[in-house]
Amino acid sequence: MGMVKAVFAHPSGRIGGVIVLVYLVIALLGAFGLTPHDPLMQYRIVRLHGPSAAHWMGTDLFGRDVASRLMKGVGQSFTVAFFSVTAAALAGTVLGLTAAWYGKRWDTVLMRLMDVLLAFPAILLALLVVTIIGPGTWTSVMAIAIVYTPIFTRVVRGPALSLKARDFVDAARTFGSSRFYILTRHLLLNLVAPLTVQVTLALAWALLTEAGLSFLGLGTQPPTSSLGLMLSDSRNLMEQAPWLLAFPALAIMLSILGFNLLGDALRDILDPKTRRA
Amino acid sequence: MNYLIRRLAAFPLVLIGVSIVVFVAIRLVPGDAITAMLGTEAGLLTPQQRESLAVYFGIDQPWPVQYWHWLTGLFSGNLGISATYGKPVLGVILEHFPLTLELALLSMLIALAIGVPAGVFAATRNERPADLSVRVAAMIGQSTPSFVVGLVLIYILSAGFGVLPTMGAFTPLWQDPLQNLSQMILPAITLGLAFAASVTRVSRSAMLDVLSDDYVRTARAKGTPERRVIWRHALPNALVPVVTLSGIEFGYLLGGAVIVEQIYALPGLGRMVLEAIQQRDYALVQGSVLFVALNFMIVNLLVDLAYVALDPRIRLEGR
Repeated sequence: MGMVKAVFAHPSGRIGGVIVLVYLVIALLGAFGLTPHDPLMQYRIVRLHGPSAAHWMGTDLFGRDVASRLMKGVGQSFTVAFFSVTAAALAGTVLGLTAAWYGKRWDTVLMRLMDVLLAFPAILLALLVVTIIGPGTWTSVMAIAIVYTPIFTRVVRGPALSLKARDFVDAARTFGSSRFYILTRHLLLNLVAPLTVQVTLALAWALLTEAGLSFLGLGTQPPTSSLGLMLSDSRNLMEQAPWLLAFPALAIMLSILGFNLLGDALRDILDPKTRRA
Repeated sequence: MNYLIRRLAAFPLVLIGVSIVVFVAIRLVPGDAITAMLGTEAGLLTPQQRESLAVYFGIDQPWPVQYWHWLTGLFSGNLGISATYGKPVLGVILEHFPLTLELALLSMLIALAIGVPAGVFAATRNERPADLSVRVAAMIGQSTPSFVVGLVLIYILSAGFGVLPTMGAFTPLWQDPLQNLSQMILPAITLGLAFAASVTRVSRSAMLDVLSDDYVRTARAKGTPERRVIWRHALPNALVPVVTLSGIEFGYLLGGAVIVEQIYALPGLGRMVLEAIQQRDYALVQGSVLFVALNFMIVNLLVDLAYVALDPRIRLEGR
């Protein structure tokens, strides 16, 4: 509870927190199909109509309700972001913890491997993954997870190394605590702060990448709606129907902004080094 | 100097690792390479023809042997033949690279020209309304994907002024610099704005750190004019993290301009990689991914070197 209070006491935490909460609600409604209209239903007589009472954000070229497609798209983006960041955080935590704990050859091999993955510009590594498994929602999840795993591994390994050398870990070993207990209770619990910050910022980046991949036609495939695809479709119609550009563009921007603001606030709150005096 | 030597020694190792990842990744693509190369025409081949093609391309060999051939080929600049262009891969890459390089340089110029002054402006007005507005603008800039910026710019130009960015026939810089710049300016702004936002944030916080340092206080106490304190004393030291950020972002731009090149139909490296992926031109994907990763690594290495040159403390820590 103290954490939530601290976030809402922080100016950018408050704004970011509210944006993220609103999006979570929209994403849940979209993901469970609780949208004003069926996102795939084509209302042929109202094709390319501007925003109205019946269609809050207008309709697209096929007469589909933009608001419903946008909600579904937000749900889609958040699903991809959630699963990819969870996978990367889990993999990165396990790899980083074991690298720090076992050290020696395992650490060397693992960290060099992470160096190799980090030698690729992120979008290129994602494109390489798409080449191998073909475009699709789960490909995006996997691509983003692979790109982010080395970053989480580094975030965990560094502090884990210094924690490992601390007296309380030695004490726990002397008491005969199991390796698993020490790793989870003494190391992992102390890493929650940097991990939380990294997860929030990773979510912002995952949303951006998901939208980018879909925009290029390599992520979510039509007719499933996604924000990137909606933007890509708006390209040839933007003069006739600017709402097709405006709403998805705003939706993507605000979602990333929300997580960035929240991430900044969390970093201020949780990381004493950058905390303002 | 220890740090530099270790950094340089790791370079070839990581590069070999990168080449293995690229090599294996391409071979993980489902379906065999002959079918991938020939597409539907592969169905017309007899088993004997298929086999002799496999021998010709060396893909009948086990992976380690194939990898060795590919690796030794790399050193003589032979990256294979692109199936879509019918030309050597290296030639195709070098044809598309200048545009991406130019785009990256232009957007970096724009980013630094906006970001550094904005960061200094905000830092010298810490927590005042001017600072807050710069910070809000930078946060929004950082959260706006380049394709959103690009589409909105195109919309403003076409709906507001009735002009469309020239697309299609692209003029290289050395043919007609003015025409080239008129084609490159929008894409460069598109990429440069988000980049400028991060430069602003980093210069602001670096400047704030430096402004609270003792030597700045000393300079002020001596009665040095404020302008001189900021631009001569504080800024050079605040630029260290800006250099790092610019280098890293520049490295990304060299391989990551895919989306912007796609929006503005620019025949750069990013768009070429994307098309190679869509066309399943594996030799080209393999070669260009390696090329981009190599660039990225070189830029990162140079950034590290610049960092060491600018901040001698790092050299000492490496000992």
